[in-house]
Amino acid sequence: MSDEVEETRTLRVDSSPHIATPLSCPRIMGWVVAALLPAALWALWNMGTPAIITVAFALLGAVGTEWVWNAAAKRPQTIGDGTAIVTGLLLAMTLPPRTPWWIALAGGIFAIAVAKMLFGGVGHNLFNPALAGRAFIAVSWSGVYALTTNRGWFATLEMAEVEGYDAVSGATRLALAAADRAAEGAYGFDQAAQYMDYLFLNLEGSLGEVSGALLILGGLVLIARGIVDWRIPLGYLGTMAVVMLVAGEDPVFHVLAGGVLLGAFFMATDYVTSPMTKWGRVVFAIGCGLFNAVGRLYGPAPEYTTFAIHFMNGLAPLIDKAFVPRTFGWVKGDG
Amino acid sequence: MGPSFKGGVATPHHKKATEHLAIERAPVPERLVIPMSQHLGAPCEPLVAKGDRVERGQLVGDVEAFISAPVHSAVAGTVVEITDTLTPAGSRSRAVVIEPNESQELERFVAVPEEEDRVARVRAAGVVGMGGAMFPSSVKLKPPREFTLETVIVNGCECEPFLTCDHRTMVELPERVTAGARLVADITGASRVVIGVEDNKPDAVEALRTQAGSDIEVMALKTKYPQGAEKQLIMAVAGKEVPKGQLPAATGALVHNVGTVAAIADAVERGRPLIERVVTVTGAVRRPGNYLAVVGTSIADLVEHAGGLHDDVEVVFAGGPMTGFALASLDVPVVKGTSGVVALRAGETRPEVGEDQPCIRCGRCPEACPIFLQPFAIASHADADDWDGAHHYHALDCIECGACSFVCPTRRPLLQLIRVAKHALLDRGERP
Repeated sequence: MSDEVEETRTLRVDSSPHIATPLSCPRIMGWVVAALLPAALWALWNMGTPAIITVAFALLGAVGTEWVWNAAAKRPQTIGDGTAIVTGLLLAMTLPPRTPWWIALAGGIFAIAVAKMLFGGVGHNLFNPALAGRAFIAVSWSGVYALTTNRGWFATLEMAEVEGYDAVSGATRLALAAADRAAEGAYGFDQAAQYMDYLFLNLEGSLGEVSGALLILGGLVLIARGIVDWRIPLGYLGTMAVVMLVAGEDPVFHVLAGGVLLGAFFMATDYVTSPMTKWGRVVFAIGCGLFNAVGRLYGPAPEYTTFAIHFMNGLAPLIDKAFVPRTFGWVKGDG
Repeated sequence: MGPSFKGGVATPHHKKATEHLAIERAPVPERLVIPMSQHLGAPCEPLVAKGDRVERGQLVGDVEAFISAPVHSAVAGTVVEITDTLTPAGSRSRAVVIEPNESQELERFVAVPEEEDRVARVRAAGVVGMGGAMFPSSVKLKPPREFTLETVIVNGCECEPFLTCDHRTMVELPERVTAGARLVADITGASRVVIGVEDNKPDAVEALRTQAGSDIEVMALKTKYPQGAEKQLIMAVAGKEVPKGQLPAATGALVHNVGTVAAIADAVERGRPLIERVVTVTGAVRRPGNYLAVVGTSIADLVEHAGGLHDDVEVVFAGGPMTGFALASLDVPVVKGTSGVVALRAGETRPEVGEDQPCIRCGRCPEACPIFLQPFAIASHADADDWDGAHHYHALDCIECGACSFVCPTRRPLLQLIRVAKHALLDRGERP
């Protein structure tokens, strides 16, 4: 008998269950980063050094702020959960490559300090931090979004001089579309001719607008891995397309242009700021698509992705309350 | 893909190590500790005293109570002590300690008294639910008069990872299982008999079908945790939800574990008391297996027989990893509901975490909950000692399957918090 051995052995006593899924929070965030990487790296490759600087400082602002905040508050470090890295990278994806480094840094700091840590840290924020950082930059240094540069390989349109507009997104073509619509009720360019640019190489906007195809690829990976609920991107993009179709616009152009793909696959799907039930997510996604589309059609700015998602972020807790599921074995009218 | 229920999680199986190993008898230990409480309900009183000689199968504890089950000695031997013991579930119980004789005739046993009433024989044999709940089977065979039983469901799901004792019972003793199923149907007047097996055990389905005939349906169900939970199994087989706060019998269905119906058949047909059972000893042990152990065998002895623990074992639990009880010491006896003993190394277990793990609102726990609860909400209210809030989210409907804690990516101790809320609510007299 090995009684002596058994006596020295200390067994941990914990309540069941004693096993857990390997899909931990850091692993989920790792998948999100991995899903973003193809689009991000393609953007860096084509936009060069300025884009690398933008990503570096947005990440530094986000991760650094969380580290400093935790250190100052003498709380356990949380940067290991990966959420700040995702925030920094997503913020960078919403910025044009020639964003001054200090603006990218400020956006990252705002995203984490104000939109996340002030609300209580991970899991407690009401609004998507990356989009909050973007909104902060948009209202503080709106000219940043006019700092667009080289056009894509397949581009056919002469780039217009657009300066100082109060945009919420950097979709140059969207700005043109809005201007054209206001002036003549019709477009001065052929939208369908832009599809290939938007899918594979478009250098007119932010990093997240370089390749729609790579964003879709990343989004599909997340759906396939069970990390993202397909209802949100499908509901968002589907609503967008339907509204545009009804309004007589080109639905494909509107889904591919601007920040909608990044928003639908990577921003609106943020766990913390979206509803937790399936039907809640459907409502949330339709709301995002609706506000985004209506904004583009009737609003003064060319793009409304940030606004639409933030608006629905604010409604998410209410949506959750409205979709509390029926408990097993309970019939209508009980409790 | 077979029928199933809504919700639940895909747990890893971890059954490869033992699913093809035939049931093997573990040696009779040098000392048996037989708890007087191996069932839900009133504990038994010892009927023997120190120095008494007992036979294999002899009654050693009983009590006059409707919800209870007597206990028997699994060996011929001498009572050396009446004492207290810890059970695998961590509760205290009186226990009869028996030293077995040198030689044992394990094919023989003292049969329970011949009685006309088959339910009385089941009770006399001390049969309880062997899936882990240990509810006295005789009580379940006599549901309140207002219910009409239509369907007997034999639970061969074994949805807990690691465990293969039911699997081996179905493969090696299919005739006992079908005999028990027919008996239960005959006793209760149910017209339909279904044996539900998760479809990751095709050999068990096959074996049962050779014995099933036309009167028993062997149903391959989708492999999903907790397919073997009573309410979820009834849902999968009969398509009915057990109404809140009511007995499963309200759906016309009666669920018994495969091991239990085999024990019922043994009790009624052969007068055999429930004195031994198959225990899957697996995980980080050197010689995993499905061991037929006499009730009262120390888990330490059983683990020793299975080659002992690997050196880096961190957690050992009785039962499966989803609902089993972690053991502080292996010096506790195998009881009638001990389906398995599983050892896990550091890194294989759900990590021990602080209480302030944040919820990232990922929505996995409400999706996993087979009762459609919102575990995150109950847990946050419980965390704040807000029992009203926990009650508002129906904490008392929780079946404690652990699916929520299993899927939580930030490892919040969701079920643990819900249990705290349930205790507080039950203490103040709330009911589901």
